[in-house]
Amino acid sequence: MSQIPALIPTLLLLAALLSLLAGLKSQRAGYFLALMGAGASFLVSVLGLVEVVSSGQAIRYAMGGWIPPIGIEFVLDHLAAYMTTLITFIGVVVFIYAPRSLHFESPGKATFAYPSMALLIAGLAGMTLTGDVFNLYVFLEIAALAAYALLAIGERGGPFATLRYLLIGAAGGGFYLLGVGFLYFSAGTLNMADLSGLLPELMENRAVMTAAALMVVGLALKMALFPMHFWMPDVYHNAPTVAAGLIAPIMTKVSAYAIIRLFLDVFPPGFFTETLPITATIGWLSAAGILYGSILAIAQHDYRRMLAYSSVGQIAYVGLGIGLANPIGLIGGLLHIVNHALMKGLLFLIGGAVRLRTGVTRIPDMKGLGRSMPWTMYAFVIGILGMVGIPPTAGFFSKFYLLLGAVEAGAWIWFAVIIVSSLLSAVYFFRVTEMIFRDPGEDPAETSREEGGEKDETTPDHPQGDPPASMFIPIAILAAGVILVGVFNFVIISALLERVVAPLGG
Amino acid sequence: MTIEFFAGRYPYILIAVLMGIGLYGMTMKRNLLKKIIGMTIFQTSIYLFFIQGANKSGATIPVYLEELGTEPTQYMNPLPQVIVLTAIVVGVAITGVALALLLLTYKRYGSLDEEVILRRMRESG
Repeated sequence: MSQIPALIPTLLLLAALLSLLAGLKSQRAGYFLALMGAGASFLVSVLGLVEVVSSGQAIRYAMGGWIPPIGIEFVLDHLAAYMTTLITFIGVVVFIYAPRSLHFESPGKATFAYPSMALLIAGLAGMTLTGDVFNLYVFLEIAALAAYALLAIGERGGPFATLRYLLIGAAGGGFYLLGVGFLYFSAGTLNMADLSGLLPELMENRAVMTAAALMVVGLALKMALFPMHFWMPDVYHNAPTVAAGLIAPIMTKVSAYAIIRLFLDVFPPGFFTETLPITATIGWLSAAGILYGSILAIAQHDYRRMLAYSSVGQIAYVGLGIGLANPIGLIGGLLHIVNHALMKGLLFLIGGAVRLRTGVTRIPDMKGLGRSMPWTMYAFVIGILGMVGIPPTAGFFSKFYLLLGAVEAGAWIWFAVIIVSSLLSAVYFFRVTEMIFRDPGEDPAETSREEGGEKDETTPDHPQGDPPASMFIPIAILAAGVILVGVFNFVIISALLERVVAPLGG
Repeated sequence: MTIEFFAGRYPYILIAVLMGIGLYGMTMKRNLLKKIIGMTIFQTSIYLFFIQGANKSGATIPVYLEELGTEPTQYMNPLPQVIVLTAIVVGVAITGVALALLLLTYKRYGSLDEEVILRRMRESG
């Protein structure tokens, strides 16, 4: 059983390689291998999760047999098990969705897209599992490179938007690496467990403070924390649905996870809250980001751009959980990682399905979809109920715990921000809902214009109705997930998250 | 004070200057190729930081020698150098991907100037 931490990324790396080789001969074989890899690593993650929860112990694996402070170790503890299960789950769901979507949006690119997807998931899983701060950098860049490749197969503006993202990403990675350098030269080790033992003596060391600041800035750039979010809307706007459906739900979250990991398990308690006001800074930037993202989302006409701005706001909820730095607030932030991954994945996949069936990506053109794609739109309603935070969907509970955390910390401004932003997200999502369920024939003037528009459509032979099963099943799984995680959130919290936030006390 | 201050730290000051040049190129230059050059300079300054940090005066390269034995002060720390090797590989991969994206962008918009590309993007809708 002890090989579980190493197996999760290795299976995916192997699948990426085999998928590329097989894909050159037969695209179907390439797809099948990549899907198998993702599915196998999901199963192994679930096994690991069960093992960790039932034993209460972290599973440690020393890479290549080198004993940890010297070699690199992989650690599957409660937080890592939580994250890898989520990452590989979203990975499998998007893989099921991918073939039809890629065939429609980026014909001829699928052979290289599948290995890139497997590499992206492998990189993210590696980031969560590694117990070594430099190894985390390597996996961060593996994930980033795979993401650049996936994003660049997008539309006309794709390569340009991706190049801008690449420059930001390289700067973020560079800052993180520089921070690792400062940390290594002052503490003399790269192993996270070893560091957490050594750093309490170095609390007042300037180099350690610089290291912490640089690492957090680097990760915040990758996480798209306001005001470092500016690359995000253009990237998502041009990205193929599959890329946005992987990157929006999990990639930014894994950077947030890395900050939480540094905060809880690497730097000594109090270092991020008192010695350096890092958590408070993240909290205030997040509060600003929540309002900024929600307000700009209202102003967008393109569905994907709206989701991108909404993501700027939603990732900031996780940041707010870090900012509160008390157990209940951080539980809210951690729960929101899963909730938002499910909801945003769902909404992006629905956007792709709508595009496949009607070619529409602009919100004003979405009129009448409630008639033509009823089941997809029911799933959409579940997604937005989650986004707004209506019980019993998952979104309600993470906001509820964040609110409790804000009360406990006496952070009344943040409390108000959460309430206001829920109202704002209600505004921008109900605007779409209203459009979708409006009768397309109720306004004669607009109908005639719409008919005229349909003739210009370059692909007039769109079959009507709900998307094919290979795209609808992932949507249905995610919609069910939004409700199930909401109903059973207390199970997740008591089995996993309470252990994770234990270093904060209380 | 000043002379001693600079004499003891001049490698780090040069690294900081290099890093500043790189970041300036990445953020201020309008030409995308110059941005990529800036990125490469920025990454190189980080490699140099690691190499300088591992430097020990009077020590030799970390390869075992009979006459020096296993005395750690006689050898330079090999770990930062291994890190730099890995980071160079990562950096080369990033530069390669960046240049591929640059080519695609140039083919689609016929320019490397960020402002011109943005204007052409708006015009084409």
